[in-house]
Amino acid sequence: MKFGFSGEQEEFRSNLRRLLASRSPTKEVRRLMETEAGYEPGGWRAINAELGLTAVRIPEAYGGYGFGFGEQCIVLEEMGRVLLCAPFFATAVLAAGAILNAGTEAQKAALLPGIAAGDTTATLAWVEDNGNWDAEGTALAASETAGGTVLNGHKTYVVDGHTADLIVVLARAPQGLSLFTVNGTADGLTRRSLKSMDPTRKFARLEFNGVAATPLGTVGGGAAPFARTMVEAAVCLANEMVGGADRLREDALAYAMMRMQFGKPIASFQSMKHKQADMLLEVELAKSAAYYAAASLDEGDADAVANAHLAKACASDTYMQTAIHAVQIHGGIGFTWDNDTHLWFKRAKSSEVLLGDASHHRELMMRHWPA
Amino acid sequence: MPEIDEASVRAESRAWLEANWSPDLGLVEWRHKLAQSGWGVPHWPARWYGRDLPVGLVPVVEEEFRRIGAIGVAKVGIRTLAAATILEHGTDLQKEKFLLRILTGEDIWCQLFSEPGSGSDVAGAVTRAEFRGNQWVVNGQKVWTTSAHKADWGLLLARTDWEQKKHQGLSYFILDMKQPGVTVQPLRQMNGYASFNQVFFTDAKVEPEFLVSEVGNGWAVTTTTLMHERRGADGLRSWAIASDRPGRIYDEEREEIRTTMEPYKWYPQRAGRVDLIMERARATGKISDPVLRQEIARVLVMSKAAEWTARRARTAQEQGRPQGPEGSLGKLASSIIARAAARVHTSLLGADALLTGDDTPMNGLLAEILVSVPATSIAGGTDEIQRNIISERVLKMPRERTGDTDKPFKDVPRNTVA
Repeated sequence: MKFGFSGEQEEFRSNLRRLLASRSPTKEVRRLMETEAGYEPGGWRAINAELGLTAVRIPEAYGGYGFGFGEQCIVLEEMGRVLLCAPFFATAVLAAGAILNAGTEAQKAALLPGIAAGDTTATLAWVEDNGNWDAEGTALAASETAGGTVLNGHKTYVVDGHTADLIVVLARAPQGLSLFTVNGTADGLTRRSLKSMDPTRKFARLEFNGVAATPLGTVGGGAAPFARTMVEAAVCLANEMVGGADRLREDALAYAMMRMQFGKPIASFQSMKHKQADMLLEVELAKSAAYYAAASLDEGDADAVANAHLAKACASDTYMQTAIHAVQIHGGIGFTWDNDTHLWFKRAKSSEVLLGDASHHRELMMRHWPA
Repeated sequence: MPEIDEASVRAESRAWLEANWSPDLGLVEWRHKLAQSGWGVPHWPARWYGRDLPVGLVPVVEEEFRRIGAIGVAKVGIRTLAAATILEHGTDLQKEKFLLRILTGEDIWCQLFSEPGSGSDVAGAVTRAEFRGNQWVVNGQKVWTTSAHKADWGLLLARTDWEQKKHQGLSYFILDMKQPGVTVQPLRQMNGYASFNQVFFTDAKVEPEFLVSEVGNGWAVTTTTLMHERRGADGLRSWAIASDRPGRIYDEEREEIRTTMEPYKWYPQRAGRVDLIMERARATGKISDPVLRQEIARVLVMSKAAEWTARRARTAQEQGRPQGPEGSLGKLASSIIARAAARVHTSLLGADALLTGDDTPMNGLLAEILVSVPATSIAGGTDEIQRNIISERVLKMPRERTGDTDKPFKDVPRNTVA
């Protein structure tokens, strides 16, 4: 399904679009983004129970629907359109991805059903103060004690890290890079909510002081599953981003059609028309890249990694550029808090940086480009 | 009457080809046989060299041609546009006179639409055709005419009534290019090639029976021609592939393709040659330059995303779903990509970008990219026109008010042409 969605997928998308539009109008986004958690557990559980969103890509054996990245990316694109305030990306993409890639059969059977059912929220903690998006910057130490493995150190920029029930942590053990799971309320774990530039996506800093941890998969075998999880997350985020970019573009167009200056709609000025044409071009290109990268993962293509970085690089530039144009088209009102454009502008900026910016992903794409 | 289906079409065309095809025939001789049999253009009307076959069955016939290695009717160049236009709007006399020699390749055609004063605005043509005595007399100038110096006939858009509004005052003619009133001059481009011509008319003559459709209906006929052009007339945008088989008829076809495609040999370079970037970056060692790597990656990202966007559009079309906006974006994307690719090729060339021809790598091919790319954002509709089309037709933004359609064309301000 690299170049088109099936009838079922299109129907899934349109149902989702309709429901999310009614559940997450900007008034609701504004209410939730002012909360410390950034979402409402009861409300999110209800939406998830109705639509089964966290179950989409979890295999049927672990209580999910067993769909692929193609379907999960439809969910993300539609969530990106409405800036849904929910710990979906952290739980269903980052944490579930790491568990699927690294976990043993028993661990998957133990951890994934709760995520699929929407009972467990989770996240992945891998970045530290050095701000490295890859595993190289990992200093947090895992050591063996009589009572089991304990973690010491810190993690930061952890998406929804202050609320997650379950935290997957990337740490350095004597055997090498390893993934562990930690309970969100474990002793010795201090969580501080950070002030997020984008209030619709919250980050936290976590301090680990002798926190009891369970190895996820093999100790010392964390590098490969972690890297795989990052590639998948880049594709998922790219799809979320193109949803937001398309929405911004549409809203800016609607505004230009209605805004009158010099006795006519500003949409009749060629400078506006050409800007809108450029925006459409960029967004459609970024959508194609995001869709193709998702299908590449599902089909196990040899160039799936290069395509993932390509999609994230493209989405980063496009979403941000679209947001800049959208504010500009709105003029003065676009710079106000009351106008909704800044909500997407901030999500665009946050998404541009999260998992590494466009330059970072262009470099990774070049390293993985087929010879 | 026996039912027409895939099996019967396959059997019948195969039987005919096996009985008639021979690589020892002359090209024109063979195409005459083809035209008379109807198998050369089977979807055309049976009365005019076809067999009234549904278009969907044409690929079956083409398959049989390929199976036996048979050559088809002449397809490259403007002649396919001429054929489509004459079939739709022409009189029986015009069809009789022109269609057969189009199919055999005996006549070469050119398109006389663009003028120095009307590029993006083709309907603003000011070349005039006046009916004097018993014939039309043409004066004016056309430009960007491929193959004009070889053409036997031209498809001419000319103004016949200056009292009418812009689009109503135009008429469409078939003009004999081999006459004293027609002068053809090659138009040299900034990349040194002369793929196009300027055509000057000084009291050039058109017989009354070579008016296509009616006086004043020229714009509708022009639209037909342009529609077929955009639909991708084979000879214009893609490359005709010559067979490498031995034999007299193949030799003649190779020569035909070589001559027809000659003006287009720099076309791959105008698209920026993204395909050469990685190979060149590795060969020059500049692949390890972190700044250039970013530039290269930008081009690759755009080029891949554009390729996948085109495939999305085609898939939607094939599945019979309504085409989304992705279908209208390719032309604009290719201009942006070509420009970015030329910038990267400049960096890869380094100081060699100061030179041209065989003093530069790849015998001048790379240097040719740098001076050919500007054509991409102009030919076939400028970027500006593409953006107008996207914003007005796809995004439904208000059309710009034009100042030339509400009054007699004689009162419209226009360029003065020397």
